[in-house]
Parts: sequence; C-alpha cells; structure tokens
Amino acid sequence: MQIQLLKLAHARSGDKGDTANVGLIALREDIYPLLVREVSAARVKQHFRGICQGEVERFELPNLGALNFLLHESLGGGGTLSLMTDAQGKTFSTALLRMKIELPDEQAKSLGL
Amino acid sequence: MRNKIRIAAGQGFWGDLPDAPGRQVEGGPIDYLMLDYLAEVTMSIMQKQKARDPTAGYARDFVPLMNQILPACVERNIRVTANAGGVNVAGCAAAVREVARELGLSGKLKIGIVTGDDILDRIDDLLARGVELRNMDTDESLSAVRDRIQSANAYLGAEPIVEALNQGAQIVITGRCTDTGLTLAPMIHEFGWSLVDWDRLASGTIAGHIIECGAQCSGGNCQYEWQSIPDLANVGFPIAEAAPDGSFVITKHEGTGGRVNVPSVKEQLLYEMGDPHGYITPDCVADFTTIQLAEDGPDRVRVFGIKGRAATDTLKVSISYSAGYKAVGTLVYAWPDAYEKARAADKILRARLDRLGLRFDQILTEFVGANATHGPLAGEPSPDLGEVQLRVGVRGNDRKAIERFTKEIAPLILTGPPGVTGFAGGRPKVEEIVAYWPALIPKSEITSKVEIIEV
Repeated sequence: MQIQLLKLAHARSGDKGDTANVGLIALREDIYPLLVREVSAARVKQHFRGICQGEVERFELPNLGALNFLLHESLGGGGTLSLMTDAQGKTFSTALLRMKIELPDEQAKSLGL
Repeated sequence: MRNKIRIAAGQGFWGDLPDAPGRQVEGGPIDYLMLDYLAEVTMSIMQKQKARDPTAGYARDFVPLMNQILPACVERNIRVTANAGGVNVAGCAAAVREVARELGLSGKLKIGIVTGDDILDRIDDLLARGVELRNMDTDESLSAVRDRIQSANAYLGAEPIVEALNQGAQIVITGRCTDTGLTLAPMIHEFGWSLVDWDRLASGTIAGHIIECGAQCSGGNCQYEWQSIPDLANVGFPIAEAAPDGSFVITKHEGTGGRVNVPSVKEQLLYEMGDPHGYITPDCVADFTTIQLAEDGPDRVRVFGIKGRAATDTLKVSISYSAGYKAVGTLVYAWPDAYEKARAADKILRARLDRLGLRFDQILTEFVGANATHGPLAGEPSPDLGEVQLRVGVRGNDRKAIERFTKEIAPLILTGPPGVTGFAGGRPKVEEIVAYWPALIPKSEITSKVEIIEV
C-alpha cells in the first residue's frame, strides 16, 4: 500500500544560507526503520525537483528516531538575497511530509497503519 | 556548589514577545535569564545606527527591559546573560548603568562587558597577513565584496561570559557571541566545569540550542499534535534546569500555556541542524547522535548522555555586505479563476518590464494561496480557489530599475485581468539588501576582553 509521510512522521525545517534542512521525526519508534529504508537522499532529491537545485545529504539520528536532510541550493540564494516567501525554508518540513512511500500490506498491518 | 540551576530563555530573536522576559522573572523561580538578540544581519543594522549616532548600535529594547526587571533580578539574585550589545557594548552597558542608578541600585550590582568580537577595522590587516576569510558556503574570496562590507564580527563562545560571571557581574552584556554560549556560561561558572570537559560542554551547548529559539521548544511552531497544544496565548518560554553532571531538564513555569514533551524538544533539536555528528561552536563539538530524551513528568523532558569532542582552532565570523536592492509587489485576484487571472497578470507585467528594457539579477513570481510555499508539490491549483495573491519580487544592483518596477504594480488593477484588489499599501518599498558572508578565522587572531563596571 501507499502511505503519506504525514501519517508516519512530524518534521521541522530551517535554513543555513541557501541550504534548507529538514528534520523528519518518526511518530513512533517502530516506524523509524521504515523511514530509514524508504526515505533516501535520492528520493528526497526527486521529491523536491524544481525546488532543490543542488545535492541532498541525509544523516541518521537513531537516538531521536529521526533523519536530517540538507537540501542545498534550495532557497533562491538564501537569507536576505532570496525573493521567496519562504526564504528561510520553514515550510519545507510539511513539503516533505507530502511524500508517499510504498510498503507491503503485511508490514502496514503489523505496524497498525 | 548548587546541585541545579534554572536558566530561562526570554527572547528567541530580536522582536520576540516583549513581555516574555518579565514573565520568566515573575512566573516562578529562575537563577539566570538568557536573552538572544542577534540574528545574522542584525549587526549591520546596528553598525548603520552607530554611524549616525555614536551612542547607538545596540539592542535598544534591552534598556527599558532592564528598567522593568532589574529590581526583581537584584532582589532575587537572578543574573542576566545577553548579546544585546551589538556593535556598541560599552554604550549599551552605560545606558543600563544609568537605568540602574535611577532605580536606586547604585552599589548593588556589577555589569560585565564582553568585547573583542568586532574585526571590522582589522579586515585589511587580516587579508594582508593571509587570513583569507573565504566564504564558507561558496569558497569565494572576500575581495569580491571588500568595498561593500558593513560589519564583521567573530562569534565568541562561553569563556569570556564565564569570566565576567566569575568576577561577580549580575548582568553580562556581549556583542556577537554564540546563542549557545549564553546558556553554557552559567553552567561552567556555577558547576566549575573544566574548559576541556567536552561532554559537559556539549551538554550545556545542546541545552542552549534547545532554548535559544524561545517557545519554539515549548509548543510554538510545533507540528506534533498541534491542535491540542493548550493556551498558546499564554505560552511559557523554556527553562533549562541544569545539573552538575551535564544532564538537564527542559521545562517551563507552572500555569503557563504551550507544551514541553519529547516530540516538542525533538523538533527544536533538529531546527537548523547540519551534520548532527559535529555541531561546532567555539566551546566544543557536540554530537547530536548521542542525545537521550525521556519524559520526566508533565511539561518536563530530561536530556542526558551527551558526548562532545575537542573544540576546533577556528571561530566563525559573520560579515555583512551591501548586495544591491530588491522590491516585492503584490495584488490579490478573486474567484472565479483566481489563479488563471494572477498568471495572466504576471505575463502582462513581465511583457511591460521587457518593453521598458529593465534588467534584474533575479525576478521571481509566486502565487500565494496556490503554491508559494510548496511549489510544484502543491499540484495544479483548483479553479475554485477563493483568491490568489500574485507576488512578484525583483533583485539587482541598479536601484533605478528596481524603483521603476515598483511603479508597474498598481496600474495592473485598471489595465489587467478583472476581480483584483489588495493594493492599499501604496507602491512597494525598495529595500537595500545586506547579505551575509560566513567565514572562519584562527582563534589566535581573536582576543576577547572582559570589563566589569560598578553601578
């Protein structure tokens, strides 16, 4: 089945220059391995096509059940140079939560999803 | 030695809720009040203010705030750490001393002044000696913007603040220093931590990171179950309750709104996060992958297990420089076909700008209400949208071109698609852009200075 990250995680995003960071936090501990498996840097780069012009880096924080993504060249120059409404990337968090991932029905059932 | 201290955050940025610091002082027991005033480009604004008036150049709000809370702080021995000094720390301290004297507090407190961060006058000397100050993000040489620099400051760490506290300062005022240093310093001072005790320094640094954005860790801007977060109108700002072993509890005053729980703290931990294995400050390198969190009763989260590594031998420098001009114009198009109308208006506007021969470094059109924040991820906008705001921004070095652009927005009302409004504010303002240049400098180049003045 397909499931949207909104149902699996919460998130917060911010900026460093022209780079947006998105922290993706599993709603439950047992969901974290699923995020690690499905939400790769490559998938996030694909998800943000047309928005993220640079590389996407991913870091794992198993202690927080969270992944941190850096989306380079995403904020129209960043800081005061940017003309964007969201020059600080604050809504990239929920933009990532739009992503849908695929998981076997069996696993969805065992996770109670 | 005390077995715990309570450090309260009173401002998440310059312009945060004005009554928050007072509520932190009055709302329950605290030992320290931490106030962060300096965003990345704040220093350049202050530099300009100081150029016009030599007594200006600091966070002016800090002075009336001290007038309001100083008597209570002195009475209860609450000490204040604040980077309110901007580019005129001495001026800020003098103004606070004046206020304290008027309050009848002469002889009752000392003010600590931390300087040494300002390197604006040393740039040419540094460049001549081979300190390149290359842009950390782009690796460009500083010579590209040398003649447009407006301010240049190294981020100082906790150490000089600790020294001021050790010398008995009730209020410590700094210029550019790290937000985290303002929180870490009281812990080092109270618990006598060694400056090479990397795990404890990392713990205090992470406590600082959690509370430095004010209520953003105590229920504000929190996505997790946001609908049920109680009484944000009365949101409690965070308090770090620190123990000598480096562990701490994030909490807030009883009877305040908002919520402190593991998800709210996790969200703030990930805010503006880079590589979590190496969060670099002047004081240490903190490892966010070692943080352990546990619920510790209502609105209390215990944070422990943090590991750190040795500090690096450089400091970050924030340089601001003038980078041209920008302006943003908006109009609102109503149902039906609001998005289609806004798109048509944008095409007309761009054709007119072309015909005028105006050139910009960048022109950006957004459709607020349709896809301004999530772009293509938002999908095709519905023709039934109630309204869409057309938002067009331009940026460039030619001020005249930007000014000419601002005259092209209002005429669209009578010369473009129908059902348009939202132009009450007059022509868009032309703004000078002050951009941010992050660089590194060897620590050996920066000597912080601590001075204590008696009130």
